[in-house]
Amino acid sequence: MTVKELVEACDFRPVCLPSPDRTVKGAYTGDLLSWVMGRAFQDNAWITIMSNINVIAVASLSDVSCVILSENVSLENDIVETAKAKGINVISSPLPSFETALLLGGKV
Amino acid sequence: MSEPLVFHYDIDGEDFISAGQASIQIKKNLRRIGLSPEIIRRVSIAMYDGEINMVIHAKGGTADVMLYEDRIEIILADKGPGIENIEQAMQEGYSTASDTVRSLGFGAGMGLPNMKRYSDKMTIDTTVGVGTTVTLVINLI
Repeated sequence: MTVKELVEACDFRPVCLPSPDRTVKGAYTGDLLSWVMGRAFQDNAWITIMSNINVIAVASLSDVSCVILSENVSLENDIVETAKAKGINVISSPLPSFETALLLGGKV
Repeated sequence: MSEPLVFHYDIDGEDFISAGQASIQIKKNLRRIGLSPEIIRRVSIAMYDGEINMVIHAKGGTADVMLYEDRIEIILADKGPGIENIEQAMQEGYSTASDTVRSLGFGAGMGLPNMKRYSDKMTIDTTVGVGTTVTLVINLI
């Protein structure tokens, strides 16, 4: 499933989708950046409540397919611009991380 | 053996906004050179954690990445406080980072363990009060 299809299937809100056709394979949930760096796999959807600029660096370096911000966490505009520039897909979910992960279950 | 290709980066201290720039740049360069995605991922992750460590603990430092035919060597050098107890620092979850650093999502105590996990060889040369040099080797063949 692509990131764009995931957004539609789960009724998430796209924050920015500079690479909408990337394939999502599995998911990882976590807020400690080094932990995520070491454990998330390439093409995972990464579910987090963290919203600082370093999230974009970690997403870029760990090659996740998208960042899903749970609980309607929002990003400041300049961070969204950085995400766009680095080709990082960012999605917003109104649900807590656990429920967001449940929604993804069986889909990715 | 031909001369290695060398990339040098200066890491700004206590600058969490631009932290990771050197790792992102090296990732781009290695991609351009055409290395495998798995090697690039290992180099980027190991280097990012080294970079963050220098930002958090050492007020910055330098990163030199040397690309040889058979391996990549990353030398991360700082003039920070040094590591008092390497064994403790190598334990997953052990961290001396401040609450401010933790609130940014760092200080999980995974820095050095990640660097070890994603490299084939890691050596730490540290002197308390003088600084730390971490050398990482990632084999290409």
